Amino acid sequence: MAEVPSAANRSGRVIDKVGSMRRRIDPALAWAFGCIVLVLLIGSLYSSSFLSPQYLLQQLKVASFLGVIATGTMIVVLLGQIDLSVPWVVAVGGMMATAATGWGPLGEAMAIPVGIGCGVALGLVSGVGVAFLRIPSMVVTLATNAVAQGLMIVHTGGFSPQDSSSPAMRFLATGNTVLGIPNAVLVWAVVGTAAVFLLTRTTFGRTVYAIGNRERAAYLSGARTRTVVMMAFALAGGLSALGGVLLAGYASKAAQAMGDPYLLPAIAAVVLGGTSILGGRGSYLGTVAGVILITLLQSILSVMQMPEFGRHVTYGIVIIAMLLIYGRGRRPAE
Amino acid sequence: MQGVSKRYGGVRALQDADLVIEAGRIHAVLGENGAGKSTLIKIMAGVVTPDQGRMLLDGKPVSFASPAGASAAGIACIFQELSLIPDLSVADNIAISNPPRHLGLIDRRAQRRMAEEALARAGADNIHPLALVKDLSLSRRQMVEIAKALARKPRILILDEATSALTAADVTKIYGVLKRLRAEGLALLYISHRMHEIAELADECTVFCNGRSVASFAAGTRTDNEIVELMIGREYNAVFPAHKQRAVSGAPPPLEVRHLGWSERLNDISLQVRAGEVIGLGGLDGQGQRELLLALFGVLQGTTGEILIDGRPVTIAGPNVAKRKRIGMALIPEDRKTEGLMLPMSVRDNLSFAALDRLSHWGVVDGAAEQHAVERIVRLLAIRTDGTAVPAGSLSGGNQQKLVIGKWLMMAPRILLLNDPTRGIDVGTKQEMYQLLRELAENGAAILFYSTDYDELIGCCDRVLVMYDGAIRRELIGPEITERALVSSALNIGAEARKAGAPQTAST
Amino acid sequence: MSGDWSFWLREHKGTLLAFAAFVVMFTIYAANHPAGLNANVATTAANKGVLLAIVAMAQTLVVLTSGIDLSVGMVMILANCLASSIVVGSTLTTTIGVVVVLLVGCLCGAINGLIVIFGRLQPIVTTIATGAVYYGAALALRPVPGGDVNTQLADALTGQLPGGVPESLALLLAVVAIVWVPFRRSAIGRAAYAAGSSEVAAYMSGVPVNRAKFVAYTLSGLLASMAGLFVTFITYTGEASAANGNTYTLYSIAAVVLGGVSLFGGSGSAIGAIFGALMFRTIGDLLFVFDVEPLWQPLFQGIVLSAAVCLGAVRLLRIRNRLDLYG
Repeated sequence: MAEVPSAANRSGRVIDKVGSMRRRIDPALAWAFGCIVLVLLIGSLYSSSFLSPQYLLQQLKVASFLGVIATGTMIVVLLGQIDLSVPWVVAVGGMMATAATGWGPLGEAMAIPVGIGCGVALGLVSGVGVAFLRIPSMVVTLATNAVAQGLMIVHTGGFSPQDSSSPAMRFLATGNTVLGIPNAVLVWAVVGTAAVFLLTRTTFGRTVYAIGNRERAAYLSGARTRTVVMMAFALAGGLSALGGVLLAGYASKAAQAMGDPYLLPAIAAVVLGGTSILGGRGSYLGTVAGVILITLLQSILSVMQMPEFGRHVTYGIVIIAMLLIYGRGRRPAE
Repeated sequence: MQGVSKRYGGVRALQDADLVIEAGRIHAVLGENGAGKSTLIKIMAGVVTPDQGRMLLDGKPVSFASPAGASAAGIACIFQELSLIPDLSVADNIAISNPPRHLGLIDRRAQRRMAEEALARAGADNIHPLALVKDLSLSRRQMVEIAKALARKPRILILDEATSALTAADVTKIYGVLKRLRAEGLALLYISHRMHEIAELADECTVFCNGRSVASFAAGTRTDNEIVELMIGREYNAVFPAHKQRAVSGAPPPLEVRHLGWSERLNDISLQVRAGEVIGLGGLDGQGQRELLLALFGVLQGTTGEILIDGRPVTIAGPNVAKRKRIGMALIPEDRKTEGLMLPMSVRDNLSFAALDRLSHWGVVDGAAEQHAVERIVRLLAIRTDGTAVPAGSLSGGNQQKLVIGKWLMMAPRILLLNDPTRGIDVGTKQEMYQLLRELAENGAAILFYSTDYDELIGCCDRVLVMYDGAIRRELIGPEITERALVSSALNIGAEARKAGAPQTAST
Repeated sequence: MSGDWSFWLREHKGTLLAFAAFVVMFTIYAANHPAGLNANVATTAANKGVLLAIVAMAQTLVVLTSGIDLSVGMVMILANCLASSIVVGSTLTTTIGVVVVLLVGCLCGAINGLIVIFGRLQPIVTTIATGAVYYGAALALRPVPGGDVNTQLADALTGQLPGGVPESLALLLAVVAIVWVPFRRSAIGRAAYAAGSSEVAAYMSGVPVNRAKFVAYTLSGLLASMAGLFVTFITYTGEASAANGNTYTLYSIAAVVLGGVSLFGGSGSAIGAIFGALMFRTIGDLLFVFDVEPLWQPLFQGIVLSAAVCLGAVRLLRIRNRLDLYG
C-alpha cells in the first residue's frame, strides 16, 4: 500500500482549517442573526428605548425561559424526533416545585430538584416508548403530555395551584447578581454551555448526531442507540421542567396550562436556528439565535401596538418566509 | 441513443454514449458500477434528462420530461431499486400509472383482471393480486415489478440488474419469460454483470466504461477476459497477494458456529474460522450469506444454535456487544451509504465512531487522541480526502468503503465479517483491499468474507463455503477453489436439490 | 374467492380493530348508563363525537401522505368564527355563507399543500406557522366571542331524526360518502397513499405525487372547515379560542393513531380514524358512567391513550431482523 507523503499531510491540514472555516458560516445562522438585527432596527424606529440595554436585558430574560425549554427540544429534534409533551412537563416542573415548597423546610430547599426530577421521570417514560418500544415520538410524547395533564389536574383538584414558589426559584428567575445580568439569563447561559459541551465534546452528543443522520449506521457501528435516545428524552423532560420552575419563580406561583404557549415557539426557534427537523444537523448557536429572534419578534409586535391578530399572522408569515429561504428540502428526483 | 452526456455536479456520469437497440433482440449492457449504465437507463426511462445528445425512437427524435412520458412512448423499465409501493396491493401496483376507470373511480374488477394477465405473462401466476407488496419476499416483489412493466404493453423493456434478488427457481422462469418476449417482438435491454446470464440470454452486447460506450458486438464474439478488459479499461491483471501457510495452533478458533439457525433463512450452519484464515462464503445470491453475517453480529433475533468465541459460548445481543474487546467482532455491512456511514457527517466523525468509547474518558471525547487516530488510519489506508473535516458523502465510492473499513480497524478487531465489500468499488481500491485483508489475516485476524465476485473468492480465500438455501452445502479448500468449482457447485447444488424434490427456498 | 377475504382483512386490519374496540367500549357504556341510552343523551354524545370524527378525517388525509397537520384545529376555529358572521339570514344568504366557509377551508388546506409541495418545507413546521396565521385571521374576525348562526339549520343538523337517531350521525355518513369514499376509490386518492407509502417509488412509477398531495391537503382543509361549521351549529357562536384549536389538533392525532392509521403514511383509512375519534370520546363517557370522579378523567384518558399507543409496539414481537426497526 502506498504511503501518503508527509507534505500532502501538512497541506491536507491547512485545507482542513480553511474548509472548516468556510463551512462554519452556516447560511441559516447568518440569516437568523441578520433577522435579529433587522428586527432590532425596525423596533428602534417605533420606540427609541427599543435598543436600550435595560430593554434588551429584559428581552434576554424573557427569552431565557424559552431558551431553556428549546434546548431540550433541540436535542430531541437532532435525533430526528419531536417532543410534544413540552406543555404539561413545563407545568409539572412549575407545579411540583411549588408544591414541594409547601412541604416544609426540606421541601423548600429541594423544590427545584424535585421539579426537574419530575420532568426527567416523564421524559424517561417518553424515552422508553420511543427507544425501546419503537413507537413514533409524536404519539408517545402526546400520550405523556396527556398523562402529565391528568396527573396535574388530580394534584391541583382542578383549581389553580395555590402554592407559592420558593425563594430560590424566585431568585433564579427574577434576581440580578452578576453585573446586573438577570439570573435567568445566567441559568440559560449555564444550560447552553453545558448543552454545547454535551453535543460537541461527548460521545453522547456524537451519537445523537449520528442517530439523527442515519440511525441504522449508528446501530451497526455498535453505538448504544437505545440508551442515548432514552437519555435524550429524559434530558429534554428535565429541561422543560426547569423552564417550568423558572416560570413559576417569575410569577411567584404556577398556573394551569402555563406550558401551552411554549411548545410551538420552541419548535419554531429550533428550526429557525437552522436545525433540520429531520435530525442530524444543527448547532446550538442557531437555537440561541432562533430563541432570541422569536422573543424579539413577539416584543416588537407589541411595541408596534399591533392588535393581537396581527401578531399571530406576522409570526406565522415570518417563520414560513425564513424557512423558504434556508430550510427547504431536495427535489424528489435527486 | 446518440452522443448522450450527463453530469451530476462535478461528476461526469455519461459522456457521448451511443446505443442501438433492435426489436426482437436481447441487448446486454455491461460495465462496472459507476460506468454510466444506470444513468443511461434513467434517461431512457424519463427519470432524468440528458445534458447533451439525443434519443431516437423509430428514427424520430424524442425526449421525456418524466417517467410518464417514457411510459407513454412504450418504454418500460425495471430498476434495481424497486418502484413498488409497499402498502398497496399487487394489483394496485401493477395498474398504478394508468388504472382502468369507471365513472371517475378506479374499476377494481378490471384492474384485477389486468393484474392477473400481467402476472401470468411474467410467469408469476402464483402471486395473488390482492396481496400487499410489503408482505412479499424480495424475489416475489421482483416478479411483480416485471409484471408491472409488462402490463403497460411496452415495446422496449429495460431490466437493470433485475435478477439480483431472485431465487434460483425464479431466475430460470425469467429466462423463459424473456425469451418468449423476444419471440413476440419486444426489444429487450438487459443490464447485468453476471457472465453466465449474458451468455444465456444476449444477442448483442455493449460495454460501458467510465461513462462511455466503448464497444458493441454480437454475443459470443469476445472472450470473458476481453470483455472484462473492456470494462476496466486496461489489461486485466488481478493481482492477489500470495497466501502464506499459517502454522496451525492448538488454540481454539476465534470463531466457531454450531448448528446456527434462524427463521427459515438459515439452516443448521456449522463452521470454524481459525486465526489468520480468510474464509469465503459462496453460492448464488440470496442463499443466506448476508443473514449469516448479520446473525453472527447479533442483529438477528431468535437465532438457535451456538456461537463460540475462543471456544467459549457467547450470546451476542447486538453490535454493541459484538464489538467489545472480549469478542472483538467487526462487520463491514452491505450498503455503505445507508448502513456503514453517516454521509453528512465528517470523515473524522465517521472514522472515530465505532471506537469512540476508547477515545474518550468518562464520556468526554479526547480530541487530540481522536485526531491522531483518525489521521493514522487515513494514512494507513491511503484514503483520498480533502482533509478530515469534509463530509463523508463527498468521497468517492472506493474511499467511502475505506472509511467503513477504517472505522472498524480502529477497534483492532480479531474477527472481521465482510458483506460484499468490493461491490461498486474501482479496481485500484479493490487491489488495496485485498492486500489489506491478507495483512490482517497474517496478523492473526479471523476473516469471514461474502462476495459475489468469483475472482475474489478464488484469489483471497483459504477456504470457501458454498451456501444454498440457508445451509452450507460444500466446502472448497485451497486449490479446489476454482471458478468452475464455484459456479458448478452453486448451480448444481440447486439442480440436484430440485431433482431430488427438495423443498425450494421459502419464498412466500 | 375465499382467499380474497384474508387479503381484505389484512389491508383493513387497523380500521377493523378500531371498529371492534369502539363497539366494545360503546356497548359497555350503553349497558351501564344509569339513565339508559335515551335519545337526548345519544344526541349530545353523537354531536361531540362527530365533531372530533370530522377533524380526525381531516388529519387522516394529510397523514396518509406521510405529513402531519398541526393547523387543523385552527382552520376549524377560523371556519367557526367566519360562520358565526355569514351563515345567517335567509336561506340564500345562509347557503352562500356555508359555501364561502367551505371554500375558505379549501383555501387554507391548499395553502398548506402548496408550501409543503413547492416550498419543500416539512409539514410539521409549515402547519405550525400557517396555524398561527389562520388563528390570527380567526381572531381578526372575532376578537371577542359572539356572532350568530341560522338557528333552523343549526337545530336541524344537531338534533334528531325521527326514531331518535342523532342527525349528526347522518351528517357524518354523508361526509364520508361525499368526500372520503370518492377520494379513496379514485386514482388521485390511491396516488396519495402511494406518495405516503414511498414517495420515491411513487415518483419512479409515474404517480402524480404533487397533485395527490395537493388534493389531500385541500380536502383536509375542507373537512376542517366542515368541523368548524358544525361547532357553530352546536354553540351558536364564534369564538377564537386557541386552547380549543390546539386541543382538537392534538386529539385528532390521537384519534388517527387509535384508528389504525400509520403516522408514516400510506396505510389506514379515515373510517378507522372516525372510530378512533368516537373511541376517544367514549373514554370520557365511560369514566362518567363508572362513577370515576371527573377529576380523574383526564388522567384516565391519558393512560388509555398510552396503552393504545403501546399496542403499536406489538409488532416488535414479530421482528426477526433488528435492522428492520431502524428504517
